[in-house]
Amino acid sequence: MATLDLTGLSVQPDQVWGGVRLVPLVRDEPIETLRLHAKLYGTEAAFVAVDKRSAYTASYVPHGFVATWTEDGAPAAAYGTEMVDAIEPCSPVCVPVRYHRRMARRTDKNRLRFLPMHLAVEGYLALHFGGPEILWEQWSQRAIRNGLSPRAEETYTGAQVNGLADALRIFEIHPGQCGALVYVADALAAAFVVPHPDDYRALHPTLITDLYGELIYHYAMLTAPVPQFHARLSDTHVNTLADLRAAVARQRSVWPQFHDTMVSGLLDAQYSMRRVYRLGDYSLTRFLPGFLPKQDNHIGELITDQRGRTAYLKTFRLSEKQVRRGYLLQQLAAHDWHMPSTAEALGTTEAQLGLRLESAGFGHLLNEHTLAHYRATQRKPQRR
Amino acid sequence: MDRVAAEDMLMFVNAAITSSGQREFHNSAQEQHLSLGFLHEYMIGNYRDLYAATLALDINDHNAVLIAHRLLATPGEADLELRRLEGELIGRRLRLVAPQRVYRLFRGLRQSRVNNRRTRAIVRDWLAHRPDPAFDAVKYRSQFKHALRHAHIEPTHDELGDFLFGGRTRYNTPILETWRRAHYEQASVYDLPYTVAEGFAAKHKIDRATFLERIAPMMTRVEQLRTQATAERNNVDTAVDLARMPLTRLASYALSLPLSERIDRRTELTGALRAAAARVAGRDAGRWGRVAAVLDDSFSTYGSGQKRRRPLAVALACSFLFEALADSYVPLWTSGRTDALLTYPYDVTPLGERVLDGLEHGPDRLLIVSDGWDNAPVGMAAEVLRVWRTRLDPRHKVSVVHLNPVYDADTFDVKRLGHVSTVGVRDAEDVPALVEFARFTEGRTGLAELRAHFDDRITRFKEG
Repeated sequence: MATLDLTGLSVQPDQVWGGVRLVPLVRDEPIETLRLHAKLYGTEAAFVAVDKRSAYTASYVPHGFVATWTEDGAPAAAYGTEMVDAIEPCSPVCVPVRYHRRMARRTDKNRLRFLPMHLAVEGYLALHFGGPEILWEQWSQRAIRNGLSPRAEETYTGAQVNGLADALRIFEIHPGQCGALVYVADALAAAFVVPHPDDYRALHPTLITDLYGELIYHYAMLTAPVPQFHARLSDTHVNTLADLRAAVARQRSVWPQFHDTMVSGLLDAQYSMRRVYRLGDYSLTRFLPGFLPKQDNHIGELITDQRGRTAYLKTFRLSEKQVRRGYLLQQLAAHDWHMPSTAEALGTTEAQLGLRLESAGFGHLLNEHTLAHYRATQRKPQRR
Repeated sequence: MDRVAAEDMLMFVNAAITSSGQREFHNSAQEQHLSLGFLHEYMIGNYRDLYAATLALDINDHNAVLIAHRLLATPGEADLELRRLEGELIGRRLRLVAPQRVYRLFRGLRQSRVNNRRTRAIVRDWLAHRPDPAFDAVKYRSQFKHALRHAHIEPTHDELGDFLFGGRTRYNTPILETWRRAHYEQASVYDLPYTVAEGFAAKHKIDRATFLERIAPMMTRVEQLRTQATAERNNVDTAVDLARMPLTRLASYALSLPLSERIDRRTELTGALRAAAARVAGRDAGRWGRVAAVLDDSFSTYGSGQKRRRPLAVALACSFLFEALADSYVPLWTSGRTDALLTYPYDVTPLGERVLDGLEHGPDRLLIVSDGWDNAPVGMAAEVLRVWRTRLDPRHKVSVVHLNPVYDADTFDVKRLGHVSTVGVRDAEDVPALVEFARFTEGRTGLAELRAHFDDRITRFKEG
């Protein structure tokens, strides 16, 4: 368990458009030894072999990121060529499918290609993917044989999130900006950090092609415009222009202080990290939250240097339903998939837990007759 | 009540100067249209006399045409005296508007079935003032024909009737004869106006490069500018005469060039911009004392695909104009860059800090040219100016004017910076007049004062 560390990144005044608030993050000193670049893919469905037995299929992988690093501390150049593999002409009846070998794959000595976001999403999907480890009687044959497979989640692209496209289009990038926090209806939807300002300028439009959860989609649909934070100067002690300048400087620190409370859901939470790849001095990690219901829960991926400072960060906010699923799976796993003891830990009855599993979309894991029994016991008290 | 009327009026003047119904950085074309349409309806419904009087101000052609259309379409709502004044103002204004816009207005009147006596008289008078009816008949053929037909006008020129409504095997008027011959003969194509010749060039399958080279003398100045990129691609030399170009257009042209070319042609461009600014400044050159200007070159000054870099071009033109008008001049670009000619839309708008920098130079005038989207942080410029006015300059020794080139569709006005007097600006050429006008927008002007100003403008407009 660890927390995210955004030292070296300072918060700048936000820009609001409708219900979307974009908060720029400026890096005091850009990272020169690691650079990112987008590698564009087409709109075809993607198929990623994760290991020998399982595969990750996504209907939407618009681009991959290419990280280039140096080991001797010399500046790395952005991998500037947008190489798109020549798509072989296929007959009109076939659906084009792009095959990726692994989520993160070295393409050259100091160059790594990875699929942003999908790395994190795959981590979430693979959570306790194996299914029950002890064959308690409640679990179905299917759960025992195949685990949670196939496991699916739905997300929305940025283009479907109301107002996000306009907000990104009119956003004015700060000098030295290396990241942005996207709020929709003042709920933190995504955090995005890159090593170098030039990379940010190049990758800013990719925020629209990113994935956003169901929660964000609905918030954007239903929100009223969010308020802007206007600068306020007190004029009582101003007698010279220097006083005025000092008052302006004081005012500049008010917003970052306030913003700390807005972003606490992301930064104060504990995450379980798993390293995916080592890139010289840096390491690519994906993380999962504690799955605490009714709180901010972000999954994401991270590149940190040796001292743990963030060079690259991309998060995805789970919707309430997805949090509930993760929570239930975690609780079950913690109690060796034993229903009665899990229910006891959650403070409910076994039947209620069974129905909760069903409404979370895991009904197929339970035996049909067990589930029927749960339903029956739940129905009886209501009739009386 | 008077105060409300005065505020509404100033709002409308700002809108009529800036909005052209085109897409802006923050609004789509449709939002601009809707917003502007509402404002026109509101004004004609509540203050018809003042609405008509705006024709005498430096409003843009788009709005002049909209006003003329609405006034002509609703004659019943005005008494005889007002109708007469309206007619006079419309007639005079339309002579200043580009002819293609006037023809489009006539088409609009025909489509909305406005055919009262006043409308017909205005069409007749306007056509009578055109220098060469035969030229118009060729260049704006169908629109000219429809205007004649709609207003029941018999062409003064005896061959025009046949040209438009019948046909002849031979014309005595040279341009009509050229037009007839151009159907069969390639050489005649090059004696026609560019837009007409383009159609014939397609008909005769003339090579684009050859066509551009030979048609160049017949092009208008704007057409020459517009086709320059094509001409260069085809290795055709169409010299653009920078000396004749108006200031803001020149600034737009300079900003359209890539940075490397701007560096190569620095002396030429700077010289042309300085000369154009000096022409505008005229006798006022050097009379403005110490001037500090905060000029916006943030990313939003890109404008839109339709109005490319317009806000930035206005800022650049203003910069050169202030230089000519001022005794000593300090330009402050929001990005902190100092080379005006190499400016391009980039980064955020920290207006507050730049205003503070400007005030530190102790100017007599502080001018802010910006679209008003002060975002680093929001509202800082307004706060700085408010505190400075209340605590450090309560006697208004320094005049502060905010010139805003962008109409904000959501607020039906240009975006303001707190209580600073804000005026809309379309061309930098109007800035000296606008800065005078800005005193009305500080929020202390009554309607009577404004009416007196309008009457004065109307008298001058009718005379000149």
